[in-house]
Amino acid sequence: MPAALLFPTRLLACLACVAACAAASQSLAASPAAGDPHRGGTLRLLATSGAGTIDPQINYTLQFAQVYQSVYDGLLAFKKGSGTEAFSIVPNLAEALPAAENGGKRYVFKLRRGVKFSDGRELGVEDVAASLRRIFKVNAPTSGTFYNQIVGADACIKTPATCTLAGGVVVDAKANTVTINLKAPDAEFFDKLAFPHAVVLPANTPATDLGVNAAPGTGPYRIASYDPKKQLKLLRNPHFKLWSEDAQPDGYVDAVDYDFGLSDEDQVTAVANGQADWMFDPLPADRLVEVGTKYPQQVRISPLTAMYYVPMNTRLAPFDNLKVRQAVNLAIDRGAAVKIHGGANLAVPSCQVLPPGFSGYVPYCPYTKNPGARWSAPDMARARQLVKESGTAGQKVTIVSNDTAVEKQLGLYLQSVLRELGFDAQLKALSSNIQFTYIQNTQNKVQISITTWFQDYPEPSNFLNVLFSCAGFRENSDASINISGICDKGLDAEMAKALAMGVSDRKAAAPLWAAIDRKVTDMAAVAVLYNPKKLDFISKRLGNFVFGGQFYFNYAKAWVK
Amino acid sequence: MPTPVQDTSPLPARPAQPSGLWRPVLKRLLADRSAQCAALLLAAIVLLCLAAPLYAQHVAHSDPFVSNISGEVVIDGQTVSVIQASTEGLGLGQTPIGPTGRGAYLLGADSQGRDVAARLLYGGRASLLIAGAGTLLCIALGALLGIVAGYFGGLVDASLSRLLDVLWAFPVYLLAISLSIVTLGSGLHIGPLVLDGSSLMLPALIIGLVSTPYVARPVRAQVLGLRKSDFVQAAIVLGVPTPRILWVDVLPNTSATLLVFVPLMMAVNMLTESALSFLSIGVQPPQASWGSIIQDGLGLLYTRPMVAAAPGIAIVLTVIALNVLGDALRDAMDPRVLPAGAHK
Repeated sequence: MPAALLFPTRLLACLACVAACAAASQSLAASPAAGDPHRGGTLRLLATSGAGTIDPQINYTLQFAQVYQSVYDGLLAFKKGSGTEAFSIVPNLAEALPAAENGGKRYVFKLRRGVKFSDGRELGVEDVAASLRRIFKVNAPTSGTFYNQIVGADACIKTPATCTLAGGVVVDAKANTVTINLKAPDAEFFDKLAFPHAVVLPANTPATDLGVNAAPGTGPYRIASYDPKKQLKLLRNPHFKLWSEDAQPDGYVDAVDYDFGLSDEDQVTAVANGQADWMFDPLPADRLVEVGTKYPQQVRISPLTAMYYVPMNTRLAPFDNLKVRQAVNLAIDRGAAVKIHGGANLAVPSCQVLPPGFSGYVPYCPYTKNPGARWSAPDMARARQLVKESGTAGQKVTIVSNDTAVEKQLGLYLQSVLRELGFDAQLKALSSNIQFTYIQNTQNKVQISITTWFQDYPEPSNFLNVLFSCAGFRENSDASINISGICDKGLDAEMAKALAMGVSDRKAAAPLWAAIDRKVTDMAAVAVLYNPKKLDFISKRLGNFVFGGQFYFNYAKAWVK
Repeated sequence: MPTPVQDTSPLPARPAQPSGLWRPVLKRLLADRSAQCAALLLAAIVLLCLAAPLYAQHVAHSDPFVSNISGEVVIDGQTVSVIQASTEGLGLGQTPIGPTGRGAYLLGADSQGRDVAARLLYGGRASLLIAGAGTLLCIALGALLGIVAGYFGGLVDASLSRLLDVLWAFPVYLLAISLSIVTLGSGLHIGPLVLDGSSLMLPALIIGLVSTPYVARPVRAQVLGLRKSDFVQAAIVLGVPTPRILWVDVLPNTSATLLVFVPLMMAVNMLTESALSFLSIGVQPPQASWGSIIQDGLGLLYTRPMVAAAPGIAIVLTVIALNVLGDALRDAMDPRVLPAGAHK
């Protein structure tokens, strides 16, 4: 998932946490009983703005994915644990993780009984089937990429209004089961079912964007009101009964007030003054020192499976020349990029696509003074030599960054590097609202840009296959996520092989992904800068802060009493 | 062939010719202490800005257009990082080196590790150049349109006046921002005029255009009066070609108005340029102007306020100097105002 979608505002991230803070975040408390002294109160959250539609099958932002975690449920869920624990898939509305049948092409989910929506209606298999159909009817942004393997999905993508998923989703009300048939085995199908776009809504939910009117959910909270300019309010779901601590724990606070409209500077001040408990937006760079020194006990820092990177258009000069792309990779001082992000405690330099902690991650950096596992220093002399050999020096290059603080500074830095390499480099800083789609569309002839990628789910294909497969490149489309436009049939075949192997044996697929990561890095279609960390600034009174690697801060686990 | 009638009567006297105007004006200006201070301040600013390359090379010893994030500098024999990591608390954040009081990083560094003082001087060059070029353009265009509209009257006046009305109807910043956004990406290509998106002349052209009505209107009003004056009427009756009348009789008599406009419009144009650059639609990086340096300093207001304050102070001083000079010039050229010090 692009940060532009995941993080509508700029993302500054974070630093290695103080041991005490980390310990606090690790000590997860179980769901609160009725008499729990921590139960009750109102959690006060802040963000500069709302994140658009409240429809969980359409919205594609981290900001609301976090909200949905305690409001909606799918058949499966990412475990509501801390750190990488949150990458595990656990049964949620389904009683158990089903075994693959028919060679990995059929899954039978048995639904839990007694789960109720916040309007009091009991959840049934028809709700599940209707929700899966609704993914296509409302043109969910991932309908064509995540759920297109379901039998009948092609027809649904063509004519969403008449989507039936005939043969793809079969319900048995008596047995209380939902059977999903796939066209081909999909090693990541469980991850996709645990994603918010596959949550279960009441069968009678309109097949149109819900806008500001939230649908009932089955989680511990319900969305009581939503005004994108003012506030999102969550109250307890009176019909919620705990069924799985791992999948959907009960919440501590009685209400969540998520207020919009304050600038990031004002949010820092509000949290520091105890007027709010947490801020969604990244901290402004010039408040980091203050926060790190005056409020160290209120800071939580967690690594992210994400990257800041520089896609280079392999179909346009001068980056259609491998030597130029290698030169850019060699010339970039990743230490400087890390400094721009906030320092070594908030980001880690990287040369490769897969982030640390991912299946298939093996440290690799050929673009450094002493090539090996880690980046150490830029090699400007070699970079200049490569540019000289390419004969491209003097060419005009335009960098497209967005106008958020960190990315604009990265753009300025990259401009300086390209000028040092002999290019006539200009910087175009676009609004973050449009930059991410602008750099994807080939009509805009973007040569080089700066962007980010955050995982949708913790699988190597979510970085490698999504960003570098031929299928990810689409001419004249705003949704051409393979921004560098690289298309290597051999690489595609290797990724298909790794995906297929993952169906039966994920561990065995890891070395294949490691080799693919290495190959993509050698192609130099992008220059990876660093892997960021997430800094959360919380109020003094907020306890039991739990940070999961998948959807980050889990509101339901936090207490304010 | 009939002999033309010789008019032997003397021509109506023209108003004071420029050569006769300058001496008392200069005398009054020299007697005006505030004007002297403003002129000196302005001259000092201009000279400092012109010396920017010398300062960068021989004093700051740095290239203000190249990022120096990982760079180091020797201060009092100690090597320190230009961008310094916080060592207190959790060690969060990075802070550019502050004002050193030495040649290198006299006013500190910006987020890219560039010398703020050197950028300030280079930025001043760009700001003064754009404001100056924009002022020359708006004075020239304003004079042309105002004289033509006022002299010819009728349909010509009506057309030009409506055109100026349309330009005037737009708030000046809104119009400048719109034109900048449109031209920034691809530059300007009108016939032989080709300006790259990063050219300093592009904001100068835009600022000159949007300022034109402010000059053209008063000039037109003045020319409407001049058109009816005896010496212009006499020249017309004598068959003097119109271009010559405009050049010899009308233009010199508007020169005082135009001259007064120069510093005043330059002050306004400097503010417009700063606003455009502050919004990232004026001077493009890595070049700097005072407005763009303020923008660079926005993210450092808490930790390094000097990055934004220094260009802000420079703009304030320059604009004050220009306005004081403009006022003094207007007073000096006003025949109704007694020479400075005459009351003493």
